[in-house]
Amino acid sequence: MLSYALRRVVTAIPTLFVIITIAFFMMRLAPGGPFDSDRALPPEIERNIQAAYDLDKPLVEQYLIYLGRILKGDFGPSLKIRDFSVGELIASGAPASMELGFSAIVLALIIGVSFGTLAALRQNSATDFSVMSVSMIGIAVPNFVMAPLLSLVIGVYLDLLPTSGWGSGELRYKILPVIALALPQIAYVARLTRGSMVEVLHSNFVRTARAKGLRERLVVVRHALKGAIMPVVSYLGPATAAVMTGSVVIETIFGVPGIGTYFVNAALNRDYPLVMGVIIIYAVLIMLLNLLVDLLYAVLDPKVRYS
Amino acid sequence: MLLKTLKHAALGVGLAVAMSGAAQAEKVLRIGNDGEPQSMDPHYISTVQTSRLSDDMIMGLLTYGQNGEPIAGAAESWTISDDGKTYTFKIRDHLWSDGTPVTAEDFVYAWRRILAPETGAEYASLLYIIKGAEEFNTGKADPDALAAEAIDDKTLRVELTAPAPYFLAQLTHQTAFPLPRHVVEKFDRDWTKPENIVVNGPYKLVSWTPKVEATLVKNDKFYDADNVAIDKVIYYSMEDRTAIQKRFRAGEIDVGRDIASEQIDWLRANMADSLRIVPYAGIYYYVFRSDKEPFTDARVRKALSMAINREVIADKVLRTGELPAYSFVPPGTGNYGEPAYADWKGAPYDQVVEEAKALLAEAGYGPDKPLSITLRYNDSENHKRIAVAVQSMWKQLGVNTELFNTDGKIHYADLKQGNFEVARAGWIADYNDAQNYLFLMESKSGPINYSKFNNEKFDGLMAEAEAVADLGQRAKILAEAEEVAMDGQPVAPIYYYVSKQLISPQVVGWVDNAPDRHPTRFLDLKQ
Repeated sequence: MLSYALRRVVTAIPTLFVIITIAFFMMRLAPGGPFDSDRALPPEIERNIQAAYDLDKPLVEQYLIYLGRILKGDFGPSLKIRDFSVGELIASGAPASMELGFSAIVLALIIGVSFGTLAALRQNSATDFSVMSVSMIGIAVPNFVMAPLLSLVIGVYLDLLPTSGWGSGELRYKILPVIALALPQIAYVARLTRGSMVEVLHSNFVRTARAKGLRERLVVVRHALKGAIMPVVSYLGPATAAVMTGSVVIETIFGVPGIGTYFVNAALNRDYPLVMGVIIIYAVLIMLLNLLVDLLYAVLDPKVRYS
Repeated sequence: MLLKTLKHAALGVGLAVAMSGAAQAEKVLRIGNDGEPQSMDPHYISTVQTSRLSDDMIMGLLTYGQNGEPIAGAAESWTISDDGKTYTFKIRDHLWSDGTPVTAEDFVYAWRRILAPETGAEYASLLYIIKGAEEFNTGKADPDALAAEAIDDKTLRVELTAPAPYFLAQLTHQTAFPLPRHVVEKFDRDWTKPENIVVNGPYKLVSWTPKVEATLVKNDKFYDADNVAIDKVIYYSMEDRTAIQKRFRAGEIDVGRDIASEQIDWLRANMADSLRIVPYAGIYYYVFRSDKEPFTDARVRKALSMAINREVIADKVLRTGELPAYSFVPPGTGNYGEPAYADWKGAPYDQVVEEAKALLAEAGYGPDKPLSITLRYNDSENHKRIAVAVQSMWKQLGVNTELFNTDGKIHYADLKQGNFEVARAGWIADYNDAQNYLFLMESKSGPINYSKFNNEKFDGLMAEAEAVADLGQRAKILAEAEEVAMDGQPVAPIYYYVSKQLISPQVVGWVDNAPDRHPTRFLDLKQ
């Protein structure tokens, strides 16, 4: 398994290189630059600034300089929040983003698996239909609609929770963003769990377990769920990717001071080094987490072996 | 219900205890700042949201007073030569926060740093009025060319290229701040980190979490520390206006630096004692590309400008107290008298529209040959609403207007490159002087003269004003220049800006003023 993991890490390098290259050049295609503002700069000053950040060099040369820096682990300075390097900004945004993402995944697993199991146990009942219809809505309604709706209804009309912000990290600020981020994943996980649970409940080993006279709860929790959870585990890879990209939208809507907010602001401000830094971090995280999920799969399912 | 009441009571008692404890310990002012600071290094600051923090930390030769007016700061006194071009400042006996004395050399060092081409400072051109500054900044001369000299530790002599009555006011701006050379050279770009920063102003940075808040605490070494009441000031970074309003209502901030304009009716009805709407030194305008057909014809520009019903835009579209603008320089601007208003100001709108139609017909446009133009604006709900209103106002002249909006970066890049016909723009004054508005239409101003207005008479008057030391005479010449501009309308002024904010009745010493400067050192909180 170790050699498999190593192989995966090695093959990730060219992928990362391609991502960096495409992102670097695509970003530069966007019109407007980091120093365009409501105050047009005198040409000499603009030249000074461009030179100070190497932006006056040919694009290919800038690209090579950037690659050289990245290899040394230096993401460069932010062009907009100048007192921080890109590394420092990502480090300062990471805790909020990670907390948000991790809570959303955990919430999605707990609620999704419970509801999915419930629906499967009461197959074709009212419970089943309502869980499935609600989850269909969860999947169909995009987060950029769901998040403002939650904020409006719960934050403004009912005035139960803050509409946005992160405060000093108090729980009440986190509830809405976590729910908004988790909803589509809850829905997916519930549907996946229900599907595989229904299948597993009809399999022979479950029938055997029941025939032995085991209590239903033990049958479900110890035997059926263990088999039914596998598709959910394999979905964890895409789920983390979805949570990370979804987090960009959710953080922006709720004003969470995380990496996603930086990403959006940096793109609007043409803060090139910060955009690149966040893209690289996202790419590396998604690749690593996918690998982790694949390895976890092997641990849980004895049938899967990597060599 | 009983449980809820009990809970509320407990919470209330807890809060009261916590607050009384806090009040005894220290006075904390919490400001909802409508933007993320860019840097604590004065040389890399270009937004007002950032300068609010740097103004609290570093004091220039002059600094902002309680009314936003320039008062003596790091300079205790100064003399001006008869020709108005040489200033000699006596530096106040005061210390940097690490105990090192502030010297004249700290100013020379700072100015050489901001002007050094390799610093890449956006705002360096504000110091071009100092002799040798432009040459040094553009690489045509070495630093010694800069005519700012430390005669001794406490005497600074500065020579200007022209007698500029706004120079003293300009010294309050962060571009003219001193820097602690010993600290900047030691830590280089890390000198502004909370653990390294050294200041000569009333407050000092202790923490900064991007996108969340920056906290400043009182600097005990500040020369007037005895008269500073607030112990700590927290600037929350809040781009979202609705969030500012919510947190203000919840009592989580004492000052909200902007409001959610769409809720103005509710605010007027419910929070009148906190809402402050005050004229602000700035102008919102449309600019015509005056070197491009059909806007080369002043009649076309003027007709379009005349048809804009500014009263409707201010009173019906915006409704937040903005004043209709018929001049480019807002009334009340420093070193200036009454602005030169456009000649149709005060005439009934219907009549003005008829005149505009006639002007347009004279220029060759009418029902047979309708004028079709594109109006550009950057993304914002208000810019859009104004553009839509103007589109229908121009329709009366038979003009077909296509609206085109982009994000701010694209908008301003295109404005700079001249890729537009008519576009929305705005200007907030850097210092309180009419020249700081009118130079936007001078041909020598380069890309910031978006209109590419090139009028010999206007340029001549501006040059003449620059050379005159007498304030009254200068104001008269500047007004003549504005008259030329209002007649040619390379820009159509639409409204004078207002600042809109929420100030808690607990805050004492907040004086409304047009520069919108409110140094924390003059504020206090009621116990």
